Amino acid sequence: MATAHTPATEHAREPSFYEGKTGFKNWFITLDHKRLGMMYLVGTMVFFLVGGIAALTLRTELLTPEQDLVSATTFNKLFTVHGAVMVFLVIIPAVPAALGNFLLPLMLGVKDVAFPRLNLLSFWVYCFGACFFLFTLFAGGLDTGWTFYTPYSTTTGTAMLSATAGAFILGFSSILTGVNFIVTVHKMRAPGLTWNRLPLFVWAIYSTAVIQILATPVLAITLLLLIVERTLNIGIFDPAMGGDPVLYQHFFWFYSHPAVYIMILPGFGIISELIAVHSRKHIFGYKAIALSSIAIAIISFLVWGHHMFVSGQSELAGVVFSFLTFAVAVPTAIKVFSWVATLYKGSIEFNTPMLYALAFLFTFSIGGLTGIFLGSLSVDVHLHDTYFVVAHFHYVMMGGTIIAFIGGIHHWWGKMTGRMFNEAHAKWGVLLVFIGFNMTFFNQFVIGQQGMPRRYATYVPQFQQQHVLSTIGSYILGVGLLWTAIYLLRSLRSGPQAPDNPYGGASLEWQTQSPPIEHNFHGQPVADTDPYNFPQIDRSGGMDAH
Amino acid sequence: MSSTHAHGPKPPHAFFQHHYDTVEQQAGAAKLGMWVFLATEILMFSGLFLAYFIVRAFYPEMVLGSHELLSKTMGGINTVVLLTSSFTMAMAVRSAQVGDTPGIVRNLYMTIGCALIFMVVKYFEYTGKFSHGIFPGKYFDYERAAAYAAEHGHELVGMPHIFFGVYFTMTGLHGVHVLAGIIVLTWILRRAQKGHFGPQYFTPVENVGLYWHIVDLVWIFLFPLLYLVK
Repeated sequence: MATAHTPATEHAREPSFYEGKTGFKNWFITLDHKRLGMMYLVGTMVFFLVGGIAALTLRTELLTPEQDLVSATTFNKLFTVHGAVMVFLVIIPAVPAALGNFLLPLMLGVKDVAFPRLNLLSFWVYCFGACFFLFTLFAGGLDTGWTFYTPYSTTTGTAMLSATAGAFILGFSSILTGVNFIVTVHKMRAPGLTWNRLPLFVWAIYSTAVIQILATPVLAITLLLLIVERTLNIGIFDPAMGGDPVLYQHFFWFYSHPAVYIMILPGFGIISELIAVHSRKHIFGYKAIALSSIAIAIISFLVWGHHMFVSGQSELAGVVFSFLTFAVAVPTAIKVFSWVATLYKGSIEFNTPMLYALAFLFTFSIGGLTGIFLGSLSVDVHLHDTYFVVAHFHYVMMGGTIIAFIGGIHHWWGKMTGRMFNEAHAKWGVLLVFIGFNMTFFNQFVIGQQGMPRRYATYVPQFQQQHVLSTIGSYILGVGLLWTAIYLLRSLRSGPQAPDNPYGGASLEWQTQSPPIEHNFHGQPVADTDPYNFPQIDRSGGMDAH
Repeated sequence: MSSTHAHGPKPPHAFFQHHYDTVEQQAGAAKLGMWVFLATEILMFSGLFLAYFIVRAFYPEMVLGSHELLSKTMGGINTVVLLTSSFTMAMAVRSAQVGDTPGIVRNLYMTIGCALIFMVVKYFEYTGKFSHGIFPGKYFDYERAAAYAAEHGHELVGMPHIFFGVYFTMTGLHGVHVLAGIIVLTWILRRAQKGHFGPQYFTPVENVGLYWHIVDLVWIFLFPLLYLVK
């Protein structure tokens, strides 16, 4: 699409952003969005491991119907750690703060985000909040579940304050990143890069940032009220003091339902890039995909009540929330159909990023469609708090966001690290992750609708066979992820040099060298057309190409 | 990225940052960023206002009875003080726009002075409440508070600890914002004294001004809802 005034190839190779000032101190005070993105990537991956170990321990306990490996309290603490770490420390920051930080200025053709210092502050705040979570772990853990429901959370003897304070602080990190990205997209774009020429990843990150700044402050005040309630018993959430526990649920889900879209929208953005680039075809329905992100951002604020169908809200409220929940399916389906239409007659290359994108289409569609079951009032009464919910949530979050995230890491691995990974090894990784994931969670839909409740360390023996299958699947998934980590890390040492544009992408990040120089571009890149024109290779007969 | 890498033409003012193309872009970005941040502030306080309205809907008599214990005089004085500070803040921004450095400094001193008066009045209000057993939540001393109310011809009904819990949370969070305001006001005061601001560059003054107006605005809603509710 775009031509830099001085294409990278004609330039002598300049030192990348990794060279220059090195050492711990220079990284820790860096203002470079690329270094901050890489540090976020390392941070989220470390906590992905922590959350993953907790998950595997849970699955191991569930091998037998009896309680044998860990005590019931430890089991509660483990699923709380798993949920809280995965949500607040991994999925929310993973795509926006790690990949988004690295890619946003590159895709916009600018030197940095609008507020580099705020960006650094956001990272420090993330580390600070993470310390609170680690403290919680060492202080004996928390057993409320990641949702901190009252009145249990105001009375439990476990480390409640440090965990909520941690989530409160992490919220600020999220807000600072959101403010930064919104301003960057509005004010910092290369010449010619109009809104209709923004890569869809940018649209997705932008919509995410809008939700982040509108929803996260509500989480902040919710957690603050929860902390005040716990320490002073002011009587707002605790029924013993005259408060209303359902009010807490309203407060919490007013943030946490939009937060689900903070988690999934960036994944959508990655998939749009992956599918277009690796099928060598202009994305189908560019505007529809871009605007459906905004539509999802808006609707996400109107559906929080579907978490509370059995919490005693009025029937009318339930009906309205159920209807609005169904409305989310429309923009989401627009995206999925557009991706499938992009694949149609494309020259699909079955490389690792594309395989992850296809895996996403499969798993996310299952996750999305089972959401319709849960959004239906009467069906939800049966399925509420069962493994059906667990399976749905993991199909969307793990099968959606994390699969997209891993696919994105592969797609941009050469750009970020300057090295290519081994395709053959990577394909084994995709296979293990895909099989392991589906084996873990698919049968949970079945036992869920048969009545297996979530969050129990013990269960009736009739479910054992399915639980064993789930556990074996989770081990395969764990091996697949570990294998992925190993070959990616090995590529840093022994992988071949990455070309500037290994997959023939047309957005601006491919116009600079791999890894990029400190100032991102030699000269000022200019955007001539939109980023999905692949003129040399596109043989779609001009069906959707401009 | 720091401003040490200067290629291209000479920067138009000393605080131009290299990753921007133009001064207008830098100023526009800072201002948009501030507005977006202020939106998050409003949303955060809106959660508290929602909590207040729910408590009031649940326990209307309790809220009515309890609010009589708040000092309308002190709240009124603080309202006038904050409104005045918003005016002096606006004057400071105006002085920056016309390049009147002594004017910026003078107006900022007055703004900070008002903020300090506000906090002192708030201190006396809080300690006055504490001395009559009016603490938030479980520390609320019902007997002493009821006796104090009776002295002044009012009656406490229901669970007044909830009202005062909400009162202390709302005004406490607002007070934290006033303290933060004093810190950032002092910061731009120091910069103004060094002559950093003028018609070419006054974004920090303007942004701190926007923040200060929001702090004022929140109080404008807190005062009638907590002190004057009938």
